Amino acid sequence: MTDPCLELDLIFDKVHIALHGRTLLALDARIAPGEVLTVMGPSGSGKSTLLAFTAGFLATTFEATGQVRLAERDITALPAERRGIGLLFQDPLLFPHLSVAGNLRFGLPSATPDKAARVEAALSAIGLAGFGERDPSTLSGGQQARVALMRLLLSAPSAVLLDEPFSKLDTALRHEMRELVFDRLREAGLPSLLVTHDHADAAAAGGRIITLE
Amino acid sequence: MLRLAPWLIISLLVGPILAGLAMAVLPAFGYLPALGGEAASLAPWQALFAQPGLARSVAISFASGLVTTAISLAVVLLFLAGASGSRLDRWIRRMISPLLSIPHAAAAFGLAFLIAPSGLLARLVSPELTGWERPPDALVVNDPWGLALMAGLIIKEIPFLLLMSLAALHQLDAERRVAMARSLGYRPAIAWLKVVVPSLYPLIRLPVFAVIAYASSVVDVAMILGPTLPPTLAVSILTWFNDPDLSRRFMASAGALLQFGVTAAALASWWGLECLVRRLGRGWVTGGQRRRGERVLRLAGKALILLAAGTALVGIAGLALNSLAGFWRFPDALPQAFTWQHWQRALPSLGGPVTATLMIATVSTLLALGLSLAALENEQRSGRHPAQGRLTSALTLLYLPLIVPQIAFLFGLVVVMEALGTRPTTWLVIFGHLLFVLPYVFLSLSEAYRRFDPRWTRVALTLGATPNGAFWRVRLPMLLAPLLTAMAVGLAVSIGQYLPTLLLGAGRVTTVTTEAVALAAGGNRRLIGVWALVQASLPLVGFLIAVGLPRLLWSNRRGMRGTP
Repeated sequence: MTDPCLELDLIFDKVHIALHGRTLLALDARIAPGEVLTVMGPSGSGKSTLLAFTAGFLATTFEATGQVRLAERDITALPAERRGIGLLFQDPLLFPHLSVAGNLRFGLPSATPDKAARVEAALSAIGLAGFGERDPSTLSGGQQARVALMRLLLSAPSAVLLDEPFSKLDTALRHEMRELVFDRLREAGLPSLLVTHDHADAAAAGGRIITLE
Repeated sequence: MLRLAPWLIISLLVGPILAGLAMAVLPAFGYLPALGGEAASLAPWQALFAQPGLARSVAISFASGLVTTAISLAVVLLFLAGASGSRLDRWIRRMISPLLSIPHAAAAFGLAFLIAPSGLLARLVSPELTGWERPPDALVVNDPWGLALMAGLIIKEIPFLLLMSLAALHQLDAERRVAMARSLGYRPAIAWLKVVVPSLYPLIRLPVFAVIAYASSVVDVAMILGPTLPPTLAVSILTWFNDPDLSRRFMASAGALLQFGVTAAALASWWGLECLVRRLGRGWVTGGQRRRGERVLRLAGKALILLAAGTALVGIAGLALNSLAGFWRFPDALPQAFTWQHWQRALPSLGGPVTATLMIATVSTLLALGLSLAALENEQRSGRHPAQGRLTSALTLLYLPLIVPQIAFLFGLVVVMEALGTRPTTWLVIFGHLLFVLPYVFLSLSEAYRRFDPRWTRVALTLGATPNGAFWRVRLPMLLAPLLTAMAVGLAVSIGQYLPTLLLGAGRVTTVTTEAVALAAGGNRRLIGVWALVQASLPLVGFLIAVGLPRLLWSNRRGMRGTP
């Protein structure tokens, strides 16, 4: 699908974000396809600001310089929906007014051929075959998390941001979801940025770790 | 496009009001070339002040504004302090929307049928307790002090202030505050009054001002319940304005300005009272009394709100009873026979006004909804939050049509429209309604819209949806319930409008409200029962849809029940 000659890295080029003249964070990094870069730091260290900046939701009160490049495109000034960056939140955030299949279809780009088959295949891949017409709020926490991951992958992003995606799961489930998420991201060959304050997350991600103060 | 919405709203609200006020000022000082007034003079004012009973009219309008508001607010606060979490609390919360949806005129008729000398109350206790075999000769309704008028207004303003308070309470975390005070030994109701009210009041101040303005200048309720010789100032102005002798319009304009002054004076006096209460209250809040009088406060809060809600509901039942009554001798509590005759006779003439009412209400509500959504969506996309300076002032302007007395600027607006050569049409009436529907729809919708979790939109955007796609496919369906509630509020506001319909339609656009109020003078209770009941049931349909449709649509979506 992708051109092998194209450089698919997610690059933070001298990114510097300040609020009211005070530096919040500075980052200069390159994330290769299939690699997970973990950013750690206590709350208030600017982790969520970094995510908002990368995804395109940074409030105008922040002063940001530097560039974010993805697949050789400067995406710093693009609106969120055209950056090709997927986001996995703490909560699954499945749209409550849509069915499970409806949520997955929401992820698929509109020009996708044979959507129904794609959705069915995606459900089987996460062990939820036949759950398509279910109300998402009747699913267990782990099932919801898997649907959320699948919805993200179906939207065919070029990079993924993970915002403490395991912090609200119980211990057993957390372990299982870590494996599933990181396997899938590696398999899809996506550069990923994980923000967390849990060292076990960082270890499971298996990539480099940057600590913000 | 979206960026224009807030400006469109503000100019739509402020423009007509300023133009209307200006066109009341000029004729008030003798200038209205169309009627031959070409030179400035004080003659309109001299004529106005020579009117018999003017001082009394002014006094009653002024007192009605203050008394109505003080009592309604006190009842609401006592109820919230004394009944939080009780069964009564839950019942009242469920009753707010239906109570709020009853148009002022229908509620006023209901009260009149209840308390009149030959009304339901007198019948229930006669002749056993009173010995009355014939209705006593007492002026209970239309009493010269305006007490019936104030009672009618209080019944309607309580649900409004209660709704506004409940919306504001979301921001205050009242339960934790009360829990904290209780752990310090304060009884619950005292705790609520001491730690919640001081933060709650500033948040409901504008709605309180709106109640003062409304109660001091209302026309339809005053025509039904208010004093007659002389009537309230607003009703007098309407009479002068409709006088076949067109030269009285100069005096009516001066009267409109006087009304503006009376309402302003009532607002200023309230402001003075606020300062006084704040001073006295400060000592009380920190004075350390924890228990004294709690039971009385608690009881009063419950009893008064029950009385108000019960009166409104029994009043509506009384309307129904009257519309179906056959022969009904005086002390009998119930009619001797029931008949559909009044309905059958009224049916042919109901169709036109009902259609016109619904058409005007639907169009003005949809326009208001579109404008409000555009403005709120713009606010979200530009990331500018209402609390940050500029928009707070815009929000205050939203209240302008609710705080400037209708009668003070609508006449001027009619003059402007006449000068522009616009003929009175349904469209002009719709425009007039929009002035009052828009603020309510916006206020009703804005709270849910601003509380909506921004992450939903972010998820949609990161999945590749455009901002418009996220609006139509995520935000709008998820906000369906508050959207329908805002629509129901808009419909109810429009259906209840009397003065804008009457003035901008020049009497040629008839709605159920103008028809029902017009029947007040005739005193045919059976016919009034029919019309007032129809008037009261139209907005109720809107609220039933607002409650029922989301339940139907989301019957299979647990996550959509009880959200925003």
